[in-house]
Amino acid sequence: MAWLKKLVGAVVILGGVGAVAGWVLSAPVRLDRETLAKLGPGDAARGKRIFYAGGCTSCHAKPGSQGDARLQLVGGLELKTPFGTFVPPNISQDPKDGIGAWSVEDLANAMLKGVSPSGEHFYPAFPYASYARMNPADIADLYAFLKTLPAVAGKAQGNSLDFPFNIRRGIGLWKLLYLSDQPVVAFPEGTPDPVISGRYLVEGPGHCGECHTPRDLSGGTKKNEWLAGAVAAEGSGVVPNITSGEGGLGNWSEADIANYLETGFTPDFDSVGGAMVDVQRNIAELTPQDRAAIAAYLKAIPAHPNGYPARKKTAN
Amino acid sequence: MRKLVIAISMLALAASAAFADPILDRQALMKERGKIVGGLSKVVKGEEPFDAAAVLTQLQALQANAEKFDADALFPAGSDTGDTTASPKIWEDMAGFKAAEDKYLADVKAAVAAAPADADALKTQVGAIGSDCGTCHQGYRIKKG
Repeated sequence: MAWLKKLVGAVVILGGVGAVAGWVLSAPVRLDRETLAKLGPGDAARGKRIFYAGGCTSCHAKPGSQGDARLQLVGGLELKTPFGTFVPPNISQDPKDGIGAWSVEDLANAMLKGVSPSGEHFYPAFPYASYARMNPADIADLYAFLKTLPAVAGKAQGNSLDFPFNIRRGIGLWKLLYLSDQPVVAFPEGTPDPVISGRYLVEGPGHCGECHTPRDLSGGTKKNEWLAGAVAAEGSGVVPNITSGEGGLGNWSEADIANYLETGFTPDFDSVGGAMVDVQRNIAELTPQDRAAIAAYLKAIPAHPNGYPARKKTAN
Repeated sequence: MRKLVIAISMLALAASAAFADPILDRQALMKERGKIVGGLSKVVKGEEPFDAAAVLTQLQALQANAEKFDADALFPAGSDTGDTTASPKIWEDMAGFKAAEDKYLADVKAAVAAAPADADALKTQVGAIGSDCGTCHQGYRIKKG
């Protein structure tokens, strides 16, 4: 029976090593000093552009807000997903209920590493998997702009997630798979600037891929179907293919895309709808150059057929 | 006898419901709406010259189209299935849906009443009208691919 004892011992040790390794690997990792040094002083005027490119207000304003109320970032929207319901929190300047007490380093760790000031993982419903591609200086600018917005008291209710997604520590393993500051689409040297700055806006702050790219079983975006459209992760219906592949934007010109982002009208004068309405209103706040850059990037990326199943035609 | 009358009137009702297709009707109305706005947008973008009389005619056509919108006739109960992108929310919140459409009609009427004198004035009006399109499509339409 000595061999059995040895076997049990080995299993226990291996299991222990696995648990320790899992614990170590899933630990929240903050930004290094070198990156933090790049934050710089921050400029609120430049930060306004990042605020609208990032679409903060789409999720963090009180649901249904219009006009200036969209700058009251009190949270409370319910995002119903297959993992459970996520509720974006209060990120107004209230020091207790919001993020008024955060330092610029806290904001940078949240947006680039998905780590809270208390050292916990955020859920990637907060699209830091995209924000991780942002320049630290832009985070400092955004921080300066957020400081100009009102403090609003009131805590949004918490997430209600199903097991095992309610275990925050598990997100550490998810990050090992999906968190990267590298661009998704590689372009050859000498690619013109609008494409490159469009890539930054789309893949980074704009976080377009979070809804427009299908996800794998563990909830990461499928880079080989980047922006090919997807079954909506939140709510119902589909999110369109915005590559030039079949079903996508192949017959839209760059001017069509830029005009859609400015006015909300498609080339055949249908209008923007669904969750994109808020996104379009945010992007309309950017400059024509930024919208043209987004359009140039979308026309330059690899074309894919639709990343969602064909619609079932009903009998009538 | 009474039962027979009821049965016949039920049949007649079902038949008339089958003949008039509210889904096709409302889609036609929306297509026409988009086409008119498309024409106006060409003027806003400077692709076509601003002609006050022609613009007013188009705005009046847009108003006529908006006035044809009868939510009860076009979105009867049960017309949420089939080849439609209408969201179930229309029937859950018919009052909100009608309010959104009323706001649109009011903005179109305001544009006709204050007939634009130049492309900039038209741009502001088309902007308000376009925002109404988005508001309704945000909550009451589902993209199905």
